[in-house]
Amino acid sequence: MAILDELRRRFGDAIVETDDHRGDLTAVVARAALLSVLAHCRDEAALAFDVLMDLTAVDYSKFPGREDGPRFEVVYHLYSIARNHRLRLKVRVDQDDARVPTAVGLWPIANWLEREVWDMFGIRFEGHPDPRRLLLYEEFVGHPLRKDYPINRRQPLVGPAS
Amino acid sequence: MAQMTRREFMLGEGSGTGGGPQNLHIGVGPAHPAMHGIIRIASELDGETIVKADVEIGYLHRAFEKDCEQGGWNNAIPYTDRLNYVSPLINNFGYASAVEKLLGVDVTERCKYIRVIMSEISRICDHLTCVGASAMELGAFTVFLYMIKAREFLWELVEDVTGARLTISYGRVGGVKADLPDGFAEKTLHAFKQTREVLDEVHRLLTGNRIFMDRMVGVGVLSREETIAYAITGPLLRAAGVPYDVRRAQPYYVYDRLEFEIPTQKDGDNYSRYLVRMAEMEQSMRIAEQALASIPSGPINVDFEGRPIDPAAYVDRGKQGKTEGLLLVPITLSPNLQGQQRDAARRVNVADKRVVLPPKENAYGSIEGLMNHFMLIMEGYGIRPPAGEAYFPVEGANGELGFYVVSDGSDRPYRVRCRPPCLPPLAALHRMIVGEMVADLIPTFGSVNMIGGELDR
Amino acid sequence: MGVGGFFTSKLDEAIGWARKFSIFQYPFVTACCGMEYMATACSHYDIDRFGAGLPRFSPRQADVLFVVGTISHKMAPVLKRIYDQMTEPKWVVAFGVCTCTGGFYDNYATVQGIDTIIPVDIYIPGCPPRPESVIDGLMKLQDKIAAQAQRY
Repeated sequence: MAILDELRRRFGDAIVETDDHRGDLTAVVARAALLSVLAHCRDEAALAFDVLMDLTAVDYSKFPGREDGPRFEVVYHLYSIARNHRLRLKVRVDQDDARVPTAVGLWPIANWLEREVWDMFGIRFEGHPDPRRLLLYEEFVGHPLRKDYPINRRQPLVGPAS
Repeated sequence: MAQMTRREFMLGEGSGTGGGPQNLHIGVGPAHPAMHGIIRIASELDGETIVKADVEIGYLHRAFEKDCEQGGWNNAIPYTDRLNYVSPLINNFGYASAVEKLLGVDVTERCKYIRVIMSEISRICDHLTCVGASAMELGAFTVFLYMIKAREFLWELVEDVTGARLTISYGRVGGVKADLPDGFAEKTLHAFKQTREVLDEVHRLLTGNRIFMDRMVGVGVLSREETIAYAITGPLLRAAGVPYDVRRAQPYYVYDRLEFEIPTQKDGDNYSRYLVRMAEMEQSMRIAEQALASIPSGPINVDFEGRPIDPAAYVDRGKQGKTEGLLLVPITLSPNLQGQQRDAARRVNVADKRVVLPPKENAYGSIEGLMNHFMLIMEGYGIRPPAGEAYFPVEGANGELGFYVVSDGSDRPYRVRCRPPCLPPLAALHRMIVGEMVADLIPTFGSVNMIGGELDR
Repeated sequence: MGVGGFFTSKLDEAIGWARKFSIFQYPFVTACCGMEYMATACSHYDIDRFGAGLPRFSPRQADVLFVVGTISHKMAPVLKRIYDQMTEPKWVVAFGVCTCTGGFYDNYATVQGIDTIIPVDIYIPGCPPRPESVIDGLMKLQDKIAAQAQRY
């Protein structure tokens, strides 16, 4: 909780929502302030989030109650080895404006994790040095983890489609 | 003509390093014996030195995350088996714990001990496979055969408990599939004794071996700062000197009651990773032995009549209406249901009927049990965690294995994300092999322990 | 055909016997089935006693292609190329249910059976198949190899 209070105090309105559910601290951040919040989390001595454990996204277009809101949520799981605490930061983006600044400058692992989010969800990361698909082949059209991609639509390179 | 070095002069025009036309592009993989599973390392070589490397993954992408959204919460368990398929029990329990965190249930004591024991056995299997395979690629084929032999002893244990050797689907949300069979403790101790003998032999063959050390010491080095910056956890981080282990930092199940060390080295090269893995196997055996010694047995039900009856007779009695005390009568169940009798199920499953299936005696012997079973199995019903999200990290064999589950309140997961512990080392692989010779790629890649199912999901 | 037919059929049997006990497999290992392949190839279950103990990791030197583990659509062109690079006589074993039919991965990423891409001789179902199943499949493959007629 002290972490969330400190973030709210420092960034004010840029922290849109905070939550503390089942021991997980979560903060929803406005996209414009995302990089400064992430940099603060990494560099501030009391926070010292030196590990970007995970960077993923969730498509909320079929979530009951959130179908009309911003479609995607990009989720950052941060961990601090020195202080042994965790934080989850989220950024909400619309379908038409699915762009988020890249975190590659802060943690080099973000390179591959953001490539995977681009591959699976189609969210662009501005400033990413190598925006290629990670898990699928370049000839694949579409972003399969979106809720509107049917699970068994195959796009074979060789062989039949079904 | 600028000043040419002698080398450039001899080789012709163009410089030898940094992208000149003399560099050789080779693609290692995806079909390559040393690329465990399949991965492609497109490297550019200057002579024998690797100048640039581009690691391409995704050749085993099997849509784990999308598949988990298609069925119920327990339906995802077989998919989690096939993530890190050399230590499948850890994946099962990690996923089940994430859902249990979302539900807010805490499993029984005995279940926690069982999960710890089986996780450690799985971890030993993973390290055996990793060290064995990477030794084989260096030419030590005997070590591979010995370690696979040790792995077979452990797989016999796993088969006793879960019914299968590899893809076991043993974890369930709220518990495990069945209790441990009788005599499991003795068999485990015997298997560990045999495993320790194998590890002794391997130590004598490899640890001081001049060739092994020449190939592994100082090779594939990744500095401590870079290891942390790349979010690498597990044996690779511990070999670089950081004693981070999820079992110690955020203890789950009963790890806080068990004594074990976290082996670390300081060099961050392949040899340190090998030493860390060998030491971890010994620690895992220590953990499992302590857990077996202190596992609680839990309450055993008092028999109603003192002798078990045949299931058909049980059902007949129920149908005839002679139901008084029927729920207390023990039945001889089929051997396939070993460990799932009513008293055993109560020991290992959480006492929440919205989460775990009722034992067979109740499902067949009472209408409440039958309805309970129905409400959990039929489509549209099932386990319904409240809407929300949870992240649960466990210590996988390669590092922190985290499951991030999002629920929308229905019987199907809305999003299941597996944080793969072997993705960060692969993202950093180009940092480990650039500047090394092409033959050093093989032991470096082997010591990273890439498991395709987990990497590509 | 008389005497000529007797000798060619004896020669066929001899060649078949030699071929079936000198299998040089290319283990095209991708996924979990690879663990059971390793277990079958190692000391406990040992396919070396069938003469299949030496895997060749070049398709040009192998005669049996063991496709072990799930083939995704990204991998499929690689599999086809490896199969094309093998020289006759060659056989293909679909090891594991993912290679037989796609397994339970009915999704956008998985090939629903490698027989949609390359011809398969033996199917070994199982997820993963027990080593006993693998040895059973191997013995059936040996029968097939031995019975293969030669063309002169």
